[in-house]
Order: sequence, then C-alpha cells, then structure tokens
Amino acid sequence: MNLFLETLIGGLLAGTMYSLVAIGFVLIYKASGVFNFAQGSILLFAALTFVTLLEKGLPFVAALAVTIAILILGAIVIERTVLRPLANRSPMTLFMATLGLSYVVEGAAQGIMGAQVHALDLGIEDVPIFLGDVLISQFDLVAATTAVALALILALLFNNTRIGISLRAVADDTRAALSVGINLNRIWQIVWAVAGIVGLVAGMLWGARQGIQFSLSLVVLKALPVLIIGGFTSIGGAIAGGLIVGAAENLAETYVGPYIGGGITPWFPYFLAIAFLYIRPAGLFGERALERV
Amino acid sequence: MSIPATHAASPSAPPLLDVRGVSLSFKGVKAISDLSFSVARGEICALIGPNGAGKSSLLNVLNGVYVADAGEVVFQGEHFRQIEPIDAARRGIARTFQNNALFRKMSTLDNVLTGLARHTRSGLLSQALRLPGARREEARLREKAEAILDFLDLQAYRDFTVGSLAYGIQKRIELARALVSSPTLLLLDEPLAGMNAREKAEMSAFVRDINRDLGITVVLIEHDVGIVLSLSDHVVVLDYGRKIGDGAPDAVKSDAAVISAYLGAVH
Repeated sequence: MNLFLETLIGGLLAGTMYSLVAIGFVLIYKASGVFNFAQGSILLFAALTFVTLLEKGLPFVAALAVTIAILILGAIVIERTVLRPLANRSPMTLFMATLGLSYVVEGAAQGIMGAQVHALDLGIEDVPIFLGDVLISQFDLVAATTAVALALILALLFNNTRIGISLRAVADDTRAALSVGINLNRIWQIVWAVAGIVGLVAGMLWGARQGIQFSLSLVVLKALPVLIIGGFTSIGGAIAGGLIVGAAENLAETYVGPYIGGGITPWFPYFLAIAFLYIRPAGLFGERALERV
Repeated sequence: MSIPATHAASPSAPPLLDVRGVSLSFKGVKAISDLSFSVARGEICALIGPNGAGKSSLLNVLNGVYVADAGEVVFQGEHFRQIEPIDAARRGIARTFQNNALFRKMSTLDNVLTGLARHTRSGLLSQALRLPGARREEARLREKAEAILDFLDLQAYRDFTVGSLAYGIQKRIELARALVSSPTLLLLDEPLAGMNAREKAEMSAFVRDINRDLGITVVLIEHDVGIVLSLSDHVVVLDYGRKIGDGAPDAVKSDAAVISAYLGAVH
C-alpha cells in the first residue's frame, strides 16, 4: 500500500510540472487559437537567460526581474513581427509560423548564451522526506506548491481584472471583441508575456532538476498528451491533465514496467492520449466543437 | 442631458454621419453601389429593404468590418475610406449584430463590462496589484455597467451565463454592451428580429428611450415596417444595394418606387 501511495503521490507531484508547461500553451491557444509550438523554446530561452544572469553575478530577484522584462519585450516583438502580420490567416499558417519561431528563439538562445549545460541551484534540497509512512520528494513538493500558486494567481488575474474579462471575451468571440473596442494586439502581447513567465517558472523548476540545456525545449512533447487529455482551452483541464499523466505514467512504470522491460514513461502518456481521443476527443474540459447545420 | 434636436429642426448643422458614394462588392457581385445619405445628430434613422439589399453590409462598412471599394464615410467631420473596428469603437461607434455576437460563456455583467474597453486607462499591472487609480476606475466603470443594467431592466440576469438566457434577453444584453460605452452613434442590426409582439414593443421602447433620454443617434435595420415607421425620424430604403427612398417616414411610405420594391411585397 505504501508503495502504491508513494508512486501515486510522486506521480501527481511530478504531474504539476507537466501542468505548468501545459498552462503556457492553453493561455495562448485560448486567446489566439494558435497551438504555440515555440512554447518549449521560449521556456528554454527564459530559463537560460535567468541562469546566465545568475552566473554573471546578479542576485536572484534581480535576475528574475530582468528575465521577466526581457520576456515582456520578446512578447511585444513576437506580436509585432509574427502575429500581427499573420492575423486572420488559417490556424495552420500560424502554427507553421510558431514552428519557425521556435527555431529562431532556440537558435538565438544558444547563439547568445551557448549550448553547454547549466546547473541551477534554487536552494531546495532534493532529499525525500517522510509524510506519515510515505516517502515524498521535497523538491517535488516545492515544485507542486509553486505550480498551484501560479495557477491561482492566473485565475485571480483572469477572473477579477477587466483585462482578464477582455481576454475571456477575445477567447469567446474575437469578432465581437474587436467591435466592442478591445485591443486585440495588446491582449496578444499580454498573453504571450504571461505565457513566457509561466514558461520561465516551469523552466526554472525543470532546469533545477535536470540542468538547463537544449533538451528542456522538448518538454513540448510532454505537454502534448497533457493538452489532449485536459483540453486545449481550459487551465483547469491543463492542471487535471498534468496530474493524470504524472500519476498514470508513474503507476504504469512501477506496476506494468517490470513485465515488459520498463521504459514506459516516455510513451505511456501518448498511449493514454490516444485512448482519450477515442473517448473524449475534446479532452476533459475542452469545448466540443458544435456546429449548426 | 439636453433634449437632442430633431432631424427636421436643424437643417444647417452638419450631419453626424455622412455616407458619400460608398460601393462594396464581393467577388464581382455588387452589394452596395454608389450609396449616399446622411444621418443627423440625435435622430433615429432606419435602413429598410428586402433581404440582400445591402443593409447589413453597410453597417459592416460603417464600423470597419468591411472596407468599401469606393466612396467615403464622414463621421463627426472626419473622413474615412477605411476604419478598423477598434478605431470605430474608440471614436464612439457601437453596434449590435444580426445574429447576436455575445460572449456566451461569460455572465451578463461581464459581457456589459467588456463594452467599457474604450474607457479603460489603467494597465494590467496596476489592475492586478489593485493600485488606487485602477481601483477608482474599476469602481466607476462597474457603477456605469450597473446603471445600464438598471436602465435596460437586466438586473435579474446579472450573474447568469449569457448562453443560457432566452434570445430576447440576449438581444437586450447586446444592446447594453453597446450602450455602456456611451457611444455617439449606435448601429443596431435587426434589434427586433425573432421577437414576439410584446418583446418587440419593449425593445422599441428601449430604443426610443436611448435616443430621447441619452441623446444617442441610432441607425437601425428592421423588417417590421409598422414599427420602423412609428419609431424612426428618417428612413432610407435600399434595394439591390441602391438607395430608392430617403426621407421622413410618411414621405417614404407614400413613395411609389418604395412601394413597388419593398412595401408592396409585404402583404
């Protein structure tokens, strides 16, 4: 029983990190209907910028502030140079643009800051602690708390401010939002900046665990099954999807792994996602596309 | 608020809206050809005409959804060939759509609050941190939204998700969203469509109140000729994208060309 609980809790905590990555996608998808393939590169870029500044001797808070400022600036540049000229094009065109963008961002990140692996010490000890009789990773606990706090802040931001109302309006009906006088370009800039900051937090947590390096940008591939399960349009769905993927892959690795030779973690989320596509193609909390005929 | 001058009373004042030689076509099909008319400040102007006459297309040109092929629109003395919807909103042109374009998953109050976009000055950060300036602005704007909900008798639906409400109520919420921005010009695309007689009477009373009490100039599209003739100060009749009648309701009603093209077709 303890093994089961440990596996489950460990999986759920790891899952919050997947959720964090997925939230960055959901924000942009909601506001502009674009699957932002560049989210992984932006995550890498953000984490790399932060760790480089830290290595240059900046204090933690200053490095964080400068990185956030750069991300906001980057969001404005991306909106001006990529999104605005392509507004009203098909989702596929925009997706391809973000695919290109991901290479530009990744290339720029490594070109400026180098391709070596950076260690990031957030001062959290990665020593397991006992909670009752269940052994839990302290680092996972901190990461999960951070993810939950960030999700709460986002929920407050988008439910209670008038810019949040504008954002939901854009997500609901873009044409009507424009006619009401909502500044779509500014909403895009805000959303990309916020998604960048979410990416920074996710990148810092992932990076602290496995080092900040090129492979961080591949978390996109981890987020995809989370999004399919949770739905592309719901922050709550991204959280639930992350938890499901985290718990399921951990349980599968422990209980199914020994019979088929292990190494289940990389592909099991996709297996789960395909099952979901059969049963609930829009995901747990996604919107089913209703069309009047 | 002062009582606005009626259409006939101020012939010397420049019109609020002047449409000059506007043409619009879609892939070679003319939707509007060389259309000119003007709307005086403070009047209710009705656009009537059979389906496909170009009425909705014209509204779309006025608030920038479509770009005219030729001609120009003069609004408050400023000339436009092309205007973006957001600029139209900022200059005080608000509108409703033929098939409601509400934010269906949001509450009535939130829908109305979106209409205040052009009056928001504070940024995201000051809103998120609830700085004093942002809070004062927020309080002022919410008060305004509440006042509009009162005015259009929508308080009972304040916290309901819009998508779940009856069609007639949704039409009124869309009107509230347009109205809360204190527009100079209000464009209403079939505000009475799909309503029963009682709802139509209510809605036309609201439109009249908006015009008389708030002094807002209204351009509306409506098929119910009886209501149009009693509600409006000025009627423009379109047929196949061309203007075939323009004047006071009584004059338009007796115009032979109008009768044969439109009124005569309605038995």
